[in-house]
Amino acid sequence: MVILETDRLSIAFGGVRAIDGVNVAIESGQVFSIIGPNGSGKTTLFNLVSGIYTPDDGSIRLSGEKVVGLAPDQLARRGLSRTFQNLQIFSRMSALENVMVGRHRHERTGILADLIHWPSVARQNKATAEAAHAAVGRVGLADFADRPANSLAYGALKRLEIARALASEPKLLLLDEPAAGCNPVETQEIANVIRSIVKDGITVVLVEHDMRLVMNISDRVHVLANGKTLAEGTPDQVRSNTAVIQAYLGVHGSQEAVHAVD
Amino acid sequence: MSALFCSRLMPIAAVVMIAAVVPAFFPSAYYYRVAALVFMFALAGIGLNLLMGFAGQVSLGHAGFIGIGAYAVAVGPTHLGLPTWLSFFAGAALSAIVAFLVGRPILRLKGHYLAIATLGFGVLLSIVFTNEAKLTGGPDGMSVPRLVLFGWTARGSETWYWISAASFVIGAGLALNLIDSPSGRALRAIHDSEVAACVLGIDVAQKKLMVFVISAVYASVAGSYLAMFNGHITPEASGFLRSIELVAMVVLGGMGSIIGSLVGSGVIVVLPQALSFLHEYEHMVLGLIVMGVMIFLRGGIVPSLAVMFAGRRKW
Repeated sequence: MVILETDRLSIAFGGVRAIDGVNVAIESGQVFSIIGPNGSGKTTLFNLVSGIYTPDDGSIRLSGEKVVGLAPDQLARRGLSRTFQNLQIFSRMSALENVMVGRHRHERTGILADLIHWPSVARQNKATAEAAHAAVGRVGLADFADRPANSLAYGALKRLEIARALASEPKLLLLDEPAAGCNPVETQEIANVIRSIVKDGITVVLVEHDMRLVMNISDRVHVLANGKTLAEGTPDQVRSNTAVIQAYLGVHGSQEAVHAVD
Repeated sequence: MSALFCSRLMPIAAVVMIAAVVPAFFPSAYYYRVAALVFMFALAGIGLNLLMGFAGQVSLGHAGFIGIGAYAVAVGPTHLGLPTWLSFFAGAALSAIVAFLVGRPILRLKGHYLAIATLGFGVLLSIVFTNEAKLTGGPDGMSVPRLVLFGWTARGSETWYWISAASFVIGAGLALNLIDSPSGRALRAIHDSEVAACVLGIDVAQKKLMVFVISAVYASVAGSYLAMFNGHITPEASGFLRSIELVAMVVLGGMGSIIGSLVGSGVIVVLPQALSFLHEYEHMVLGLIVMGVMIFLRGGIVPSLAVMFAGRRKW
């Protein structure tokens, strides 16, 4: 089953066609990676799919339903969640509270109940905290749950964003460079987290520069260059695609891709 | 659960005790008067703190809502023949409606732009209060009848001290409840990252509007109390300077600290009285103290002192 499908998706910023007629069809339960050189439109594609930008042209279907023009919060309620390349942490809150916000779409209380702390609010808070604890534990941050978020290390914040997105129980999770700036150990931890997410039946779309991670973990890889699709296929197909090697990976990248086989 | 309840409402218990004990040391009714003013402005401060300190949305026009509440208890009984208590609630309802209508377009703005838009709103309201002289008495203002409930008349500073202290406690309790709730977490999330809040399913525009309406009701209630307490109301009560004072209370006391609103109100209301012996230097010293607080207690008085006593950070 195709969970996310774009058709001739396009957006331009001041004459620059950042995404130009891109078609992707993402099968449910897969890890689908989007790669490409800097400025090729990967994050723009994420912003289109998650409703932050509205496309100039083309369509987006989430589980078969047309979703162009829906706001990010409406998409979140339809089971789409994401993380950000430049961290978007709630820095005044604790790590656990960050993840508790991720439960928002499952919380059922009204403003009046919230003001008078109706018993339903206490029950809701407890349920939310429990679910958030589970999500924090899943990314290996249980010991840091009560720490202020701004006191956590960079790699931990990357995982905290994943936990926050997971807490919303998405069907489709977009991860924007989860391993950027992480050391090999942290990258390995993130790879493990992604594998466990997929095991739970959540579809993962990954934008990532770390080729080793991409090639190891992906079911399919989609290559963008200058806002257009350059190639798509399995990691092996993409790795051996001459257009990709020439336009994107280059000599250094192809060597790295060879290493990734090990 | 009861432990959670206690920790959340602990500050309230402290305020109740202080409010109950402090009058024993009041040498005259004048002290009741000043303390009542502190609690009334602190009530408006709580509302503005929910908006600014928690949701991160600035308002430089909140005295406009104080004006709506104040003129409601003046105009309602005088021109419409409504009982004062009903005018009080009508003022709160009117403030909520006005906040809802004004908030929808202007809360799309951010930062400085929102500040200027709310500033314009406040100025607009105070012009209305000044120019609609037939209804409001114009620049000279109008008198406000006393609050009468079941044949009992609220008069005197001591009575209003207890009314305003009790109202502050209720208002602070509601605010602390809100902060520790799904809506409160959503507001705090919006403060730090709107984009992250909305991709997690939070309707950012709706939550901002909600807190704007709540903060307007707090200001309106405070305005009604001030008007009934003083027995007279002028457009100045809703003017630009009053809005700035409110912002100063919230920032001085501590953004995101409900008790900070009380402390901030205390500073802004009490200091000018305490410094009156300095005569012409009064405002200069007041300004220096406010600057000093902001330089040395950057996060506001209550949060900064809390950090110092917790000893987590060395300054």
